[in-house]
Amino acid sequence: MKNTTLQTFGLIALSVLLAAFTLAPLVWLVIMSVSSASELTAKPLIWWPSEIDLSRYGDLLNIQSGSGERFLMALRNSLMTALTATLLALIVAVPAAFAFSRRGASLLLLFGFLATIMMPPITYVLPLYDIFGSVGLLNSSTALAIVYCAMLLPFATWLMKSNFDAIPAELDQASMVEGASTFYTLRRVVLPLALPAIAATFMLSFLAAWDEFFYALIFTSDLTAKTLPVAIADFTAGRVTDYGVIAAVGVLASLPPAIVAMCFQRFIVSGLAAGSVKG
Amino acid sequence: MIIKKSLEKWVLLSPALVVLGLVTLVPFVQTLWLSFTDTRITAITKPISWIGLENYIYALTDPDFIEALGRTMYFTLTSVGAEGILGVGVALLLNQKFPGRNILRVLIILPWAVPTIVNAVMWRLIYHPEYGALNSMLWQMGIITEYQSWLGDPDRALNMIIFADVWKNFPLVAYIALAALQTVPADLLQASRIEGAGPWRRFRTITLPWIFGPLLVVLILRTIEAFRVFDIVYVMTRGGPSDSTKTASFFVYQEYFSYLRSGSGASYAVLLAAISAVLITIYYIGARRQVQG
Repeated sequence: MKNTTLQTFGLIALSVLLAAFTLAPLVWLVIMSVSSASELTAKPLIWWPSEIDLSRYGDLLNIQSGSGERFLMALRNSLMTALTATLLALIVAVPAAFAFSRRGASLLLLFGFLATIMMPPITYVLPLYDIFGSVGLLNSSTALAIVYCAMLLPFATWLMKSNFDAIPAELDQASMVEGASTFYTLRRVVLPLALPAIAATFMLSFLAAWDEFFYALIFTSDLTAKTLPVAIADFTAGRVTDYGVIAAVGVLASLPPAIVAMCFQRFIVSGLAAGSVKG
Repeated sequence: MIIKKSLEKWVLLSPALVVLGLVTLVPFVQTLWLSFTDTRITAITKPISWIGLENYIYALTDPDFIEALGRTMYFTLTSVGAEGILGVGVALLLNQKFPGRNILRVLIILPWAVPTIVNAVMWRLIYHPEYGALNSMLWQMGIITEYQSWLGDPDRALNMIIFADVWKNFPLVAYIALAALQTVPADLLQASRIEGAGPWRRFRTITLPWIFGPLLVVLILRTIEAFRVFDIVYVMTRGGPSDSTKTASFFVYQEYFSYLRSGSGASYAVLLAAISAVLITIYYIGARRQVQG
């Protein structure tokens, strides 16, 4: 059905409204990050900076400056924690997903996996705090990576399972009949076919770990392990007088997930849809 | 052969079972145990005594906790409700054919991609009572005559947080709704149109029932997430002003880490877990219906 001109006009008006609603806060965040401190404290605000001031980014990316050290260490911790956790989660999730898809493991158990991450983290946090404290792992990326691995694992298992389901079972059965071990079959037959799924699972898991705040807030206490979300919360809680710095940190922390999300949108949306629609 | 397969199944599952057991099951049982004791977080170890249901009786009659629960419910229902309406609206729009649609479909993933903490920080800056963009914009447009303290007013702080939460989370609902909309059979809509049904009627009698299943599942999922809201509150208001944004998770967090009452805190945590368990069961039923079609 063709839309009339009037309808098309209405649709475009609505979409401009939607684009403004979606983009305005983000654009403003970027503008704040490059405006001078005096423009950010003017009343009413100066919406467009007289000149673009990139010095905050320079400071944040310079390890010698105070805020740069805090930011770069947190960036390093976030990357390390999220990467380790995602890799661990995938290594553990793939065999489990294979058991659910091919070895008849009960779906109720899979749902039990999912239920563990749907519980409020506040129900786990105190005993975990004690355990990590008693083995000297508080304030370490290791402890966070372990917790994140458990946090990512159920969803990763679930996503991988539904992707294994889509691969014809005859392929791995043939390999087994020829005498190959399950491990060999999984590695050489199933995994190569599931590579796109692994990539999608990897990205979604990484983004979830990158975003996590609650555990990181409680388990980390200084530069050795604090992740970006915690560092950002610190930046706002501290007596920072220049709001542009906070904005610049926000922009930098949003860049990686925003780029990943835009480039791999199809992947991500199908992963999200699978995760929330099919159960 | 069958025994071997069954054994193999457990071998394949064992790493996952160990990880989840140690990081979730064991701590949960410990929290449950703690909730029946008077444990406190102290530097010196003192004997812990078993006090039965005392913590629970206290928790369930604690007006502050009941209020925090009520606030959490309000937060959950309002934000998930708004995300549902906005999400479906956006999906309907993006399902139409018009120039620029594809760009818009890509753009609306951005709020979802912004980390939760950055979202909270960004809106805190926008709501700033003196230098915030919201005040400046509304004032310049002549909508307000003086700057408002958006997060400093107990009557509206929670709603301002909800707005920020909706901004971040509506894309998820929109994408799920859009995926479902694309499966609505066009001939069904066409037939209804020929019978003279208007757009609203077509939406109500055909489109909405068709997408209802997936929509419900994603909304329940969002409900479970919203119910444990913590990060956005932590950054935007720390539960204030005068506790007006203190949600249940934040309440337990304070009980643990500000008042150091781990036994009593654990009983609140178990109560939250029980409510979540109900929601999770509803999710399970909804999701299973979806699979079975």
